Amino acid sequence: MENFINFLVDDFFVTGEPLIYGAMVSMALVSIAIVFVLTYFKKWGYLWREWLTTVDHKKIGIMYIIAAIAMLFRGGVDGLMMRIQLTLPGMEFLDSQHYNEVFTTHGTIMIIFMAMPFLIGLMNYIIPLQIGARDVAFPFLNAVSFWSFAFGALLFNISFVIGGSPDAGWTNYAPMAGENLNPGPSQNYYLMGLQVAGIGTLATGINFLVTILKMRAPGMKMMRLPIFTWSSLITSIIIVFAFPILTVALALMTVDRIFGSHFFTLTGEGMPMMWANLFWLWGHPEVYIVILPAFGIFSEVISTFARKQLFGYKAMVISMVIIAGLSFVVWVHHFFTMGSGAAVNSFFSVTTMLIAVPTGVKIFNWLGTMYKGRIRFDTPMLWSLAFIPCFVIGGVTGVMLAMAAADYQYHNTYFLVAHFHYVLIAGTVFGCFAGLTFWYPKMFGHKMNEKLGKISFWFFMIGFNVCFLPMYFLGFAGMPRRTYTIEPEWMPLSVTASVGAALMAIGFAVFVYNIYYSFRYSPRETQGDAWDGRALEWATTTPVPYYNFATVPKIEGPEAYWIMKSKGETTYDKEKVEPIHMPSDSGIPFIMMAFMFVGSFGLVWEWIWMAIAGLIGVLVCMFIRSFDYDDGFHVSVEEIKETEEKARGGEK
Amino acid sequence: MSSEHSEGFPKKHIVGFIASIVLTIVAAWAALSSGLPTPWIITAIMVLAVIQACIQLFMFMHMTETDSGGIQVGNMLQAFFVAAVVVAGSIWTMSFGYSHNHDGGGNDAEMENHEDMDH
Repeated sequence: MENFINFLVDDFFVTGEPLIYGAMVSMALVSIAIVFVLTYFKKWGYLWREWLTTVDHKKIGIMYIIAAIAMLFRGGVDGLMMRIQLTLPGMEFLDSQHYNEVFTTHGTIMIIFMAMPFLIGLMNYIIPLQIGARDVAFPFLNAVSFWSFAFGALLFNISFVIGGSPDAGWTNYAPMAGENLNPGPSQNYYLMGLQVAGIGTLATGINFLVTILKMRAPGMKMMRLPIFTWSSLITSIIIVFAFPILTVALALMTVDRIFGSHFFTLTGEGMPMMWANLFWLWGHPEVYIVILPAFGIFSEVISTFARKQLFGYKAMVISMVIIAGLSFVVWVHHFFTMGSGAAVNSFFSVTTMLIAVPTGVKIFNWLGTMYKGRIRFDTPMLWSLAFIPCFVIGGVTGVMLAMAAADYQYHNTYFLVAHFHYVLIAGTVFGCFAGLTFWYPKMFGHKMNEKLGKISFWFFMIGFNVCFLPMYFLGFAGMPRRTYTIEPEWMPLSVTASVGAALMAIGFAVFVYNIYYSFRYSPRETQGDAWDGRALEWATTTPVPYYNFATVPKIEGPEAYWIMKSKGETTYDKEKVEPIHMPSDSGIPFIMMAFMFVGSFGLVWEWIWMAIAGLIGVLVCMFIRSFDYDDGFHVSVEEIKETEEKARGGEK
Repeated sequence: MSSEHSEGFPKKHIVGFIASIVLTIVAAWAALSSGLPTPWIITAIMVLAVIQACIQLFMFMHMTETDSGGIQVGNMLQAFFVAAVVVAGSIWTMSFGYSHNHDGGGNDAEMENHEDMDH
């Protein structure tokens, strides 16, 4: 018994840090509050029936977005903690070990558990509506994807109170992340958390690839797809081909750490740099996985608010296809300084510069779309307008980094940090905010408050530039990445950056408050078309009925809904209503991934019995699913007519 | 080849299944106890892997059913492209100028090759 208590205090729980005690207490309080609220209002059944077991792409999309915003908060707090530590020389807010853990979790959470789920959430909600489908191709698999992401994120996030956070950077480079230099469970959390979440991402890629290719409404030809759908299709293809590389690399390092093999070790013929090679073979396509859907969102928003058809649709599509191909042949630019030969480094320099060309084409497409448009400056459009110049700064500095010889100067300095924050925040985060405010009325039945939206936009956008522009100059001044303490001569720019970070935090806080405020006070949408939209998602009523389309329209050109509006058509044609076949809800995805969580937790602590038990649970769930002959159900014509007439009021 | 997956005895699947098992056993034998020189073993298991992949594609994955042929071919081409990039690209990147000789050096032909290419 005493041994057990010693284990809990010494190894299992992270002890000795006041900040972490605070986090533990707040987590415990929040959990108790949630349990209390659910019990008090008798909402457990509601939670299980309506959310945990749902296979509806709309609800899954909303759950993804909620989880992503929570992760944005967690990753943002990590970022703020780093900024506090780096504001002044000699700060003792975080020690070096703690700082290492914080930048590791900041990077991993922002990329894997914030950016991707946020975009996948928007894809989930919008893609089936844009192509005129009633759900994704594999609704059950979609639920599996979400729960594998959710439990992967949970596994990664508990590391900081149970067992200790990983501390080898989000790139997790060997040999630093190997068993010799980094024993204990913390690195295993990184490996297993990403592995579990990666299953979901891969399944999502397959799901959307099939959905977009096979589930389009009649007449929705490939070159009539809305551009967000196109960008998601390309993203899905990249996911399908890139994620297996990550899966293999993570598995090899897991075997290294837990079972003592020598793939990436320093001893026994291991090749530590092979980890970097495999990581970036996935990692660079990953960059495009998180930026292409954002490009799609900006295209939709700019076209809608400039009140013009998207300029250069074909060029857009072709440049995305080229980006998808090139994204697989640029990965070495992340480690030019490994010291490959001149031929290798020059080749990857050239491919990296090449990939800037299709991206540049897209910039001109957006500018061309706005040219002579009658632009409305609503919040989604503000995010999109701010994106263009900020992203260009990030892109141009990226080309500077692409020159292998020059990269020896920039490598691992704050110049790099500034560059990737400029592309990822201005691209992906602005894109997520633009997309969420744009599609918010479709999802929740009311717009976000414009005034608060604009306040949060200005705080966030100005804060972002104040925070990250100085970092380019800190990089020139020689400040290395991942340093936990600064030299006095970097202080003025560091203080400036910290002020910017605080402004961004205010912007985010206003954004979250806006969600609450709009829920309370925004006028409700009475019809489906909140922004005078052009693509098919705006043809549905708000709230969207769970079967999406009472009658699937015949698509007659690009901008399907624009054409329908001009003809006075809707997605409800009383004469043509037929029973609709829908998939049944299922609790198996949740339970299966809960078992996966248990098994992975066992592997993190190298308790093999627990890993095996969890795996058996997963296999049993798969077995049960294999003999599940539930083919779904049919929605009756009467129910459809009743729902539609209620949603459409007097109309038709 | 017509679609065979509706009714009847799944001959193609059984043949493919047995062939897969045989190929796997042969590959394992070649690697573990054939006693061939290392380059031969590597060549042998590579060849066996390609045959195995073809069996998977034609026997199980309905490559030749043509109702969505264009998409299938496009995806396959992308798959081969990515596979080639991963394998050839990794070898190229990791061998030219990169020395992993720090722990006393390797002992097989592949390693000596790398060292020749160092500069």
